Amino acid sequence: MTHFLSFAIPGIPYGFVYALVAVGLVLTYKTSGVFNMAFAAQAYVSAAIYYGAVSQHHLSKWVGFVLAVVVAGPALGYVLDRLLFRHMRTAPTVVKLITGLGLLIGIPSIVQFFWPGQHQNPPSLSPKPNAVYHFGSYHIDGNQLVVIVAVLVVMAGLGVLFRFTALGLKMRAVVESPRMVELAGINADRVSSFAWMLSGFLAALAGVLLAPYYANIDATNFIALLVAAIAAAVFAGLASLPLALAGGLFLGIFQQVLTGYLPLNSIWATALRPSFPFIVLVLLLLFWPLVRRRREAGDPLAGVDPPPPALAASLRGATLDRLTTIIFPIFIVAYIGITLFLVPTHWLFLLTQGIVYATIFLSITALTGMSGQISLCQASFAGLGAFTAGQLATEFNINVIVALLIGGAVAAAAGALVAIPTLRLRGLYLALATLAFALLASNLLFPQSWLGNGDTGVNVPRPPGFNGNRAFFLLAMAVFAVCAVVVILVRKGTVGRYLSAMRGSQVAAETIGINPARAKITIFALSAGIAGVGGAMFGSLQGTTSGGDYNVFFSILWIVLVLTTGVRTVEGAVNAGIALVLVPELLSDLGGTSVFSFLGNRVTALSFFLFGIGALTYAKHPEGAVEFNKRRSLLWIAAWLDRRAGREPTAGVADAATLARGQAPALELSGDGQAVADGPAPVVPERSPHPGGP
Amino acid sequence: MALLRASGISKRFGGVVALSELSIGVEAGEAVGLVGPNGAGKTTLFNCLLGILRPDTGTVTFDGHDLSRMPVYRRARLGIGRTFQRIELFTEMTARDHLLVAERARRGNGAMWKDLLNRGDPTTDEQVRAAAVLSLLGIDDVADLPVEALSLGHGRLVELGRALITEPRLLLLDEPSSGLDRMESLALAQVLGRVQQERGTAILLVEHDLEMVERCVTRLCVLELGQLIADGPTATVMGDANVRRAYLGEAV
Repeated sequence: MTHFLSFAIPGIPYGFVYALVAVGLVLTYKTSGVFNMAFAAQAYVSAAIYYGAVSQHHLSKWVGFVLAVVVAGPALGYVLDRLLFRHMRTAPTVVKLITGLGLLIGIPSIVQFFWPGQHQNPPSLSPKPNAVYHFGSYHIDGNQLVVIVAVLVVMAGLGVLFRFTALGLKMRAVVESPRMVELAGINADRVSSFAWMLSGFLAALAGVLLAPYYANIDATNFIALLVAAIAAAVFAGLASLPLALAGGLFLGIFQQVLTGYLPLNSIWATALRPSFPFIVLVLLLLFWPLVRRRREAGDPLAGVDPPPPALAASLRGATLDRLTTIIFPIFIVAYIGITLFLVPTHWLFLLTQGIVYATIFLSITALTGMSGQISLCQASFAGLGAFTAGQLATEFNINVIVALLIGGAVAAAAGALVAIPTLRLRGLYLALATLAFALLASNLLFPQSWLGNGDTGVNVPRPPGFNGNRAFFLLAMAVFAVCAVVVILVRKGTVGRYLSAMRGSQVAAETIGINPARAKITIFALSAGIAGVGGAMFGSLQGTTSGGDYNVFFSILWIVLVLTTGVRTVEGAVNAGIALVLVPELLSDLGGTSVFSFLGNRVTALSFFLFGIGALTYAKHPEGAVEFNKRRSLLWIAAWLDRRAGREPTAGVADAATLARGQAPALELSGDGQAVADGPAPVVPERSPHPGGP
Repeated sequence: MALLRASGISKRFGGVVALSELSIGVEAGEAVGLVGPNGAGKTTLFNCLLGILRPDTGTVTFDGHDLSRMPVYRRARLGIGRTFQRIELFTEMTARDHLLVAERARRGNGAMWKDLLNRGDPTTDEQVRAAAVLSLLGIDDVADLPVEALSLGHGRLVELGRALITEPRLLLLDEPSSGLDRMESLALAQVLGRVQQERGTAILLVEHDLEMVERCVTRLCVLELGQLIADGPTATVMGDANVRRAYLGEAV
């Protein structure tokens, strides 16, 4: 017991902070329907402000506290609600999730932009952080004490707010049912604004309280905090505030207790303790009745994407088709020729890297584009492929091309292994489970010497014959082409159509004889396999690669980027891959000019900020920026062709008008295709009022 | 032997008893109606028959196979088709795609390597069969529009077609005429009659429109509070005093 308590007591402050974040998550989830992934970013911002005020500008701790927690936290929460989330209450899960993930990438980048460089840990709020307080044979220090006191005060305050004030009563009511509250004549928007400010305050407090524990203030640390809190929130069924509190506390305490019972000095011991919340999250998602019950009752989270409009390619009529068949090969040959012979070596490397990224991104096109599900562990699959290929090539002298393929196969097997236990999960819950898997891979698998070899990494040689930069570029193009053809064939083939059916209605898909488990495992394995091959190519391009290249931050960045450019098409993946490489490069070139010299070391931050904020367009254009522009230009060309042929460009105009309203002009589109192909303006078949009538 | 036999089916949702010790059978080629007030357990029974819900007690056999531990998709491949009370369509597909994917799924041909060899496209045979069902239902003219653009009536016909193309031996229809106007309902009754006579498909029809029920079925079962209160030839059951009180709401 003494042994247990001596480890449990230092866990209490962690538990309290987890509880704080969990309560904040549940609060915003229930009042606005948004599972706020940006919560970690909010905590990070406040921690950075506190650090800046106290450690850099030497203000008093209490001024720093007021600035970071009382002012900045609620203000950021208010802004997020007002500008974004208030308008998304009824949006599909994926939209809310991607917006939150975009902010999770974008917001810390703003901080990095204004304050480039490392942020060390700030001083504790405690007046005497190093003082030790004894009680019996146990003791805690001043820092721990201040965490416990602060959280207890806040929780007591929340208790009073919910129990005794009118606003608290309204919030409790909104937590129960926002619709009922609106029927009762209460402005749910105002209540939700307040909830966001309150949760912003909680995030800020959690950030400032935890910051002294971290070696430096880093967005990744706060993602780990977020996952622990998510586990507590899932424990609470994303609904109950007291349960969230209890869950957070238990998690923090048991994580510390684990230290006392694991063998010392083994990599498992050092890696397992920080991974404990991730394991708990996976177990909760798979087995916790509060999660299972929600799903049976028609889980509002289980939604998929809004039905996307038909691909813009369906707009192309015969004339354009003919043009495309001529122009496309010319374009590809010209692109390869220019890249090979005209651009400088540095740019050749960048373009190769872009194509390799595009290969990895095809895995997202396959999974999210076809099944509508979000996986946050694609970078882990890529890493698995890279490390497998590297180990096989260097340790076992296997031909690198064969090693690349085996890397893909191992990643595919891992994809199937991830899919099998999570078969029943969809939407938000699947995304959370894959997030936990990604963290487990980073913390438990990749540090192992036989796989990722920790920070040192693994050498992945280039395949024999492809040592030169030009040859490797051609290889990368070929690998990408093969993967792209696979994705296209599967999408239009049986598996793709099954997935499309399941996306429309899983229950109906099963009643016509589709085996949903098989389809899902297949697409997960295919997606992971493509990610694995792409990852192995990435390793081979770099020469050496380590776990840091595949952490969860990249999984999130990648999926946000691909969803922004377009997840349903190969073009989307290409654009995302090239953008990921070229945007920082162009910005840094810009930083080389005298006007923009302030960019300097802020280039990465600015490009991540742009990528993150780009995700905000996803709410409006779920088909992606590339697809949106492609459709617009196709319509323009169709109208131009119409004018040249002396026809009334009616269909094109109608479509442009529909597009301007941001709607999916599904009916008109198929008509427009005919307009180009057949000449006369299309007649949209009238809906017969008596289908099959005599 | 009955084609479908459900015996002793019970299902509770918390404290609510949706089905209690219910037994029902459908002979091959027979058309059976299932009526009862809302909340009587009709849709729950359908869900238990098809495996979307697992009954608390009782067994379901179909054509001699015990279905109890069989997943939904395998029951479907055995030859049970269904439509839904709240329409369930594949939102991104056209009506024709619905039929083509159902035709493919019924045979369980979903191997990815065929897709990779570009053999995933619909075969001529599948196209012909889909066209036949489309013209049987009279929806050829809207076959290539996305289903989101269709009216509810057309949507219900697409659902029916999706079930029909799998050539089910038993068709479970959950209020197929709700949301249809009178003419559409009549047309639907006609199609169902043809399906039952020409293909020998057994039908279990849940329906509130009694005119439609009389037109389509020869045997009628009445469900109230999860129990079967009448089962027999349509005319006899319609005349039964208990039934009139429980369901038709007439003073006796």
